[in-house]
Amino acid sequence: MNETLHAILLIAVMAVVTALLRCLPFFIFGGKRSTSPFITYLGAYLPYAMMGMLLVYCYKNVSLTSAPFGAPELIAGLVVVGLHVWKRNSLLSIGLGTLCYMLLVQLVF
Amino acid sequence: MKHKNVGLIKIVFLKTLPVMAGYLVLGMGFGILLEDKGYGALWAFAMSVTMYAGSMQYVAVDLLASGASLISAAIMTVMVNARHLFYGISMIDRYKGAGRKKPYLMFALTDETYSLICSEKVPEGVNPHLFYFLISLFDQCYWITGATLGAVAGSLIQFSTAGVDFAMTALFVSIFTEQWLTSRQHTPALIGVLATLGCLLLFGADRFLIPAMLVILTALCTLRPKIERNAAKLAEEDAHAKEAGYE
Repeated sequence: MNETLHAILLIAVMAVVTALLRCLPFFIFGGKRSTSPFITYLGAYLPYAMMGMLLVYCYKNVSLTSAPFGAPELIAGLVVVGLHVWKRNSLLSIGLGTLCYMLLVQLVF
Repeated sequence: MKHKNVGLIKIVFLKTLPVMAGYLVLGMGFGILLEDKGYGALWAFAMSVTMYAGSMQYVAVDLLASGASLISAAIMTVMVNARHLFYGISMIDRYKGAGRKKPYLMFALTDETYSLICSEKVPEGVNPHLFYFLISLFDQCYWITGATLGAVAGSLIQFSTAGVDFAMTALFVSIFTEQWLTSRQHTPALIGVLATLGCLLLFGADRFLIPAMLVILTALCTLRPKIERNAAKLAEEDAHAKEAGYE
């Protein structure tokens, strides 16, 4: 098969599957006028669990068995937490945390 | 009216700044990789418009380069993006009544957009669906810009941007912290962290997401009576505190 055509088909398949995954819950549970209590429950508490999951997801490739043992990621992460508890300003904690991480990986480790 | 819209756009721009930093950098990384495999800016642009899924687009570079079969591409997409099923479930009530904006809101629900929409309060007097729509649209524009730029001019960057992509981690860390401080109900957050951590250790970095999702769902179902009892108790305490405050 023509290579370009195959590439276009591949992208189409990946786009359609991604869109389906994102839209499926709405097709299944979104149609009724009133949402079931169970879905309302999940809507209220799933976001907290998912943020916990994404947090671990971000750290999944950090190696604890080889140098620098995840030190830059951990230090910068703690800086974000500390700044956020202190000032409650997400732009500030994200900005300074990222800057801290860049300095650590470029100059220290 | 005009003045109000300018104000709203400014708010959305500021709220999405961290995502802009992350998406421009990660998008460029993707564009550079893709261009390296012989697919230029037009491909990067088209993929970011139609697929719009960060980690999957990185995987897609390899699938394209190796000429993977359509079936294996579909399976891979399910493996990498299954977590989006849960994002949709959390948004069913929030996106209800969004009308013509709804298809795009559903399509554009990435990790980062989901996080922002979960955590940001809608400014007073603003239509929530318009607010969500603008956040979603801004985020995708950053991603498309980054990806296309990366494919066109990735090799021209002179200063070291190593580590800017930490903005994405920092975004999740700060939202997690904010949620922890705002909510007194910590069980769901703990379930998310511990279940995912356990599955990561057990299944390894390449295939822990789907088991983690299943454990999270099971735990949330099992602990539902406890979590709802706790929520009712906290609400009652709040009511008492409010009453006491009025006296």
